[in-house]
Amino acid sequence: MTEKGTKDMEISTEKQFDLHRRMVRIRLFEEAAGRLAESNKLPGFLHLYVGEEAVAAGVCGALNDDDHITSTHRGHGHLVAKGGNFNKMMAELMGKSTGYCKGKGGSMHISDTSLGMLGANGIVGAGSPIAVGAAFANKYRGRGQVAVSFFGDGATNIGAFHEAANMACALKLPIVFACENNEYGEFTPRDKTMAITDIVDRASGYGMPGAIVDGMDVIAVHEATLEAVQRARQGGGPSLIEAKTYRFYNHHGVQNLGLKYRPDEEVARWKERDPITGLESRMIDNGVANQSDFDRIWAALREDIAAAIAFAEDSPYPSSDQVLVDVYTKGA
Amino acid sequence: MSDARKLSYVMAFNEAVRQSMEADPDVFCAGEDIGAFGGVFGSFGGLQSQFGEKRVVDTPISEQAIIGLGVGASVTGLRPIVDLMFMDFMCVALDQIVNQAAKLKYMFGGEVSLPLTITTAGGGGLSAAAQHSQSLEALLCHIPGLKVVFPSNPYDMKGLMISCIRENNPTVMIKHKRLLGMAAPVPEEAYAIPLGVANVLRHGSDVTIVAYARMANEALSAAETLAKEGIDCEVIDPRTLQPLDIDTVVESVKKTNRAVVVHEAVQFGGLGAEIASQIQESAFDYLDAPVSRVGAPFSPVPFSPALEKHYIPDADRIADDVRAILQRRIVGT
Repeated sequence: MTEKGTKDMEISTEKQFDLHRRMVRIRLFEEAAGRLAESNKLPGFLHLYVGEEAVAAGVCGALNDDDHITSTHRGHGHLVAKGGNFNKMMAELMGKSTGYCKGKGGSMHISDTSLGMLGANGIVGAGSPIAVGAAFANKYRGRGQVAVSFFGDGATNIGAFHEAANMACALKLPIVFACENNEYGEFTPRDKTMAITDIVDRASGYGMPGAIVDGMDVIAVHEATLEAVQRARQGGGPSLIEAKTYRFYNHHGVQNLGLKYRPDEEVARWKERDPITGLESRMIDNGVANQSDFDRIWAALREDIAAAIAFAEDSPYPSSDQVLVDVYTKGA
Repeated sequence: MSDARKLSYVMAFNEAVRQSMEADPDVFCAGEDIGAFGGVFGSFGGLQSQFGEKRVVDTPISEQAIIGLGVGASVTGLRPIVDLMFMDFMCVALDQIVNQAAKLKYMFGGEVSLPLTITTAGGGGLSAAAQHSQSLEALLCHIPGLKVVFPSNPYDMKGLMISCIRENNPTVMIKHKRLLGMAAPVPEEAYAIPLGVANVLRHGSDVTIVAYARMANEALSAAETLAKEGIDCEVIDPRTLQPLDIDTVVESVKKTNRAVVVHEAVQFGGLGAEIASQIQESAFDYLDAPVSRVGAPFSPVPFSPALEKHYIPDADRIADDVRAILQRRIVGT
């Protein structure tokens, strides 16, 4: 296995702006969702992706629209990075009929199959077997599409992950296992729940290559994904990428709930490695962007978010007769 | 029909799969030992040699991943048939069946369809003991989003299996292990029996027996015995358990005024409770006796043939139950 650090910029400036934009879109969406949750405007659970933006952006930036991803309970970032529509996302979080899932899925089941996003998932590890199925279908059709399974460090302790990893390797499917190792399974630190430090150690047990990347470095994540995706598209089978990352907010919600499960200095240390400011500094230092470029990007996307919140708030709730709609597909 | 070609229940299944694969290149099969070996019951025999390893896939012993393979492949446009060797093994894969396959369409706001067929083998009578003999269909029928089929004969098997494969929803096709060798006339051409339509196996006027899978055949046998006693039974096989054709059952009960519901599964919380409840909700004023249930006792399936024979309902128990409810008369009549 190889350690992927920050390399010299080999990624085009245009692509760097693309990755930056994906990250900023995630950050703004999640912070807006967090504020709405704090003011009790969002029903249900909310698992925010803030801090981990480089992983979703770096991976999805290496995919085509017709490539598939499966996601997790912390899934907004994956959908945004795959090109998700703010209006439909915000409406779904509010349980409105104009949402991605017509108000029937919510935060934990948000999806857009037209973008190949096969759903956030409320069951830890459950996305991996589904990604295996998507990868199987992609190989079956032979159109060169790949599937990516996003999951956390905690999911690698559940059977579904192991069955999926083994089957994908046995069938040599075009899939990338993208692990977001944020060091905590909900509120329990990784070292209490597994006897290894690096998730990537599990890859060799199934016969696939693995790579550790700095999950706060979008360029590093992107480069590692390009390599794994190329391997998959060329028939080389599965890969595992372990991105070392961190969530800036809690397991769910934005408050700390009075729980001191993470040392303050640890949180502060990771926040200093903010993936967005990190990329912005490097692009400025490398002379490919200046601060006003980024100011414009943030300002424009803030307007999009404000519009999405207004759209969602103005949208109607689904009518009660919708309860029984779409339980089944009608007609054979 | 006497000159018609006869086919066993398991080969009717096999022929349905083969003809569906010939008709639709998006249909593929995956499961444990189904390739060169043809499946432990021969259900998939000869398919890999005809269609190749691409379309008849041997998988690891990984039930979650087998169902997940079907979920992911169906949601992205293929039409998978994924096999769980024994119905008991679905417990290993319940998350993918219950939380994923059954719910994705609804949770995604209807944007997807899952044309997925899960095939498996249920039922006892082979001394296979408690982990290879269960009838867990009630568990599946309780889950919105799934369809559940449990045929009683080769003709229904072929027609229902073809419908399952063509169906655009996740469907569980349960083969009964004790019916695999049952032979009967089966047309050679592909034909579909619609899901959710019951079959009246025997017309009668005194009592309605609702029974499916192997118990439908036991009910027919009981009806023959009872006919000699002057008791005229109507036997209805729902065939599809979800959706359930309760209308055919209710219409029959309105005519016979009595009903016995039979299944091989444990009686408590079984499908019989649902059917009995729906009968009294829809035909209470027609009933001359409480709806009776025949099912297995509340224990795991025992191993010893001596115990298992006692455990699984049969024609004698069904006949006894019919005789018992015929003794009852409404007070004042």
